Amino acid sequence: MRDTISRRQALGGMLGIAGAAFMATACSSSGSSAGTGSAAGTGSATFWTLQDPTNKIQQAAVTSFNSAGHGKITLDIVPSAGYLDKLRTAMGSSEEPGLFFSWGGGNLDYYVQAGKLVDLDPSLKSHFLTSALQAGTSGGKLVGVPCRGTQPVFIFYNKDVFTAAGAQPPTTWAEVTDLVAKFKSKNITPFTIAGDANDSWTELMWIEYLVDRLAGPGLFAKIQGGDWSQWNDPAVLKAAQTIAQLVDSGAFGQNFASVTYGTGGTSTLLASGKAAMCLMGSWEYANQQGISASFAKNGLGYVTFPAIEGGKGDPANVVGNPSNYISITKAAPQQTAEDFLATTYSTSYLKGLIAMGEVPVTANAGQLLSGAPDPAYAGFLYDLVSKAPNFTQSWDQALGSTLATPMLTEIQKLFNGQDSPQQFVSNVLAIKK
Amino acid sequence: MERPGAAWAAPGLAFFFVFALLPMAGVVYLSFTSWDGLTSPKFTGLSNWNQFLSDGAVWQSTLLTGILLVGNMLVQAPLSILLGVWSAGYQRNRAVLSAVFFLPLLFSTAATSIMWRQLLDPNFGVPSKLGWLLGGNANLFGSQWGAITSLVLVTSWQYIPFHTLIYQGAARSIPETLYQAAAIDGAGRVRQFIHITLPQLRNAIITSSTFMVVGGLTAFDIVLLLTDGGPGTDTAILPFKMYQTAFQTYDFGYGSAIASFLLLVATGISLLLVKASGYDKMTSTMEGL
Repeated sequence: MRDTISRRQALGGMLGIAGAAFMATACSSSGSSAGTGSAAGTGSATFWTLQDPTNKIQQAAVTSFNSAGHGKITLDIVPSAGYLDKLRTAMGSSEEPGLFFSWGGGNLDYYVQAGKLVDLDPSLKSHFLTSALQAGTSGGKLVGVPCRGTQPVFIFYNKDVFTAAGAQPPTTWAEVTDLVAKFKSKNITPFTIAGDANDSWTELMWIEYLVDRLAGPGLFAKIQGGDWSQWNDPAVLKAAQTIAQLVDSGAFGQNFASVTYGTGGTSTLLASGKAAMCLMGSWEYANQQGISASFAKNGLGYVTFPAIEGGKGDPANVVGNPSNYISITKAAPQQTAEDFLATTYSTSYLKGLIAMGEVPVTANAGQLLSGAPDPAYAGFLYDLVSKAPNFTQSWDQALGSTLATPMLTEIQKLFNGQDSPQQFVSNVLAIKK
Repeated sequence: MERPGAAWAAPGLAFFFVFALLPMAGVVYLSFTSWDGLTSPKFTGLSNWNQFLSDGAVWQSTLLTGILLVGNMLVQAPLSILLGVWSAGYQRNRAVLSAVFFLPLLFSTAATSIMWRQLLDPNFGVPSKLGWLLGGNANLFGSQWGAITSLVLVTSWQYIPFHTLIYQGAARSIPETLYQAAAIDGAGRVRQFIHITLPQLRNAIITSSTFMVVGGLTAFDIVLLLTDGGPGTDTAILPFKMYQTAFQTYDFGYGSAIASFLLLVATGISLLLVKASGYDKMTSTMEGL
């Protein structure tokens, strides 16, 4: 009896001490952790980047930088699903990467406000086109330099399908309506779109262009600047109604809500001729090359988003991603990281990107484009971007995930018919109180 | 014989304390703060909980969680019991077939979800060939019931082997004498199953149901990868909503409130299940044999 009681007391004492010890360690390490890397000169740093065919160009740049002896960069390739969420989690922990790839815009603002990013040397700006630098700037300071080609959004189409139907790619909205009816009668999906819940950014691109064509770029610029009530503008409702009309007329097919983006989804549908057109960013060219190089070279056509009669926006305006950006965090050895940024405008890096079909946004890009594998495509992209009066950044990147995640859900509901156009507007307005 | 003292439980309790109780306490604390993941948490008192109680989306999520849970249990329990009892027998080829049926459990949930997403693609997957069965456009992920059915299908495919294992072990331990006595009295296989096998499996049924309940309240990976809460928010179950709130809209305080609520609900249901079935009395199904 006495043995049992003393064992109980011993157990109670053990747990009490263990508990106190763990509470003490927990309390002492609570709160956010500051970057653990040295702010001093050289050293090694991790560079987080998105998984993409251009990774091999990035790896080549990293390898040659490392062999020069200014420090060591390790390229950490992260798959694209949930990339920004993973980055955010890492940035809030002690495992902050030293450099990271992002789309700039609103998501960088969070990091700047939390004091995690290093202001970059303003002299870097001279190497790049001004319009591309805007999304890498936060609060007037440069925090990201472009490291990829420019990615405007436009319509890709299957030339063979058009030839067989005796049709021309659309230049006005009336022509779009005609084409929708024509392809529908042939059992070909006029526009393929990835309506799957993971890929609702493909639906966002339609709304971006419709609002831009109807109201001009100023409307979204005000929303991005903080005036959320601008969603009440009649142009937004008109855009939502246009989408509802397109869906009802069968422009996207019947089962777009289950179609995914990319290979095995929209890209394959376009390449196989089951769909006639697809509104997508310039990266679609690389996707198509991956599916069928001969189709990408001979059968893939591209045309700008048509003008809408009566709209206030310039038909030469463009939406998409001006570029992707590399930013430096306070956890990186500063000298090494800044020296590494020089690769983003080095000729060998740019030539590597151009050979993959990208059109870089450096000041000297125009001269290097002759090395492009498809000079017609590269020329088209370069003209599109350099002549555009306005290049609006993708809304989900410009607004940041906190606002973009519920916005994308509402856009998905609009396309699925779960929200009427009026409900769409009121639900989006309710996101930010 | 002296019962084992409390010291036997100490290592397990210490592990549970560090890896379960402390994080739970942390999450409950966070539910009273506002935190964006990058800066320090700010104490805000009951504001997250007030928002929680008045948020229609949360109650819709709870309802969806319940629907999915019931759907999963209705599909998985009968199939697992039947498969488990069958694999407890001594037929020829039973061992090989049981090993094959067990394979889905060994795959990672994430890989399974991605694989099934491709298999269920409306244009290139199985439904595109089964138009005569599913009707027209095979838009499984475009309707709420299609999405829920897909989720139940994939979850069942992955987890039936686990529950089968529980039932197989329990069925193996049913004494043969019961069946012999019933056969003498003229009971056929179906009557033997209903009146002998099922009552003897009572404890296994409760164990398996508890796992299903807890799994249904915490498993969001299949939802994330298969339907991403879609279409719209039609399959946004509560664990998924918790993940989305915390890790995609960076509102860790509110996400922690949802997590604390899930914790309460899961614990409550498990306790209810144990008490209502008399499981805590630890009675054996073989008393008197």
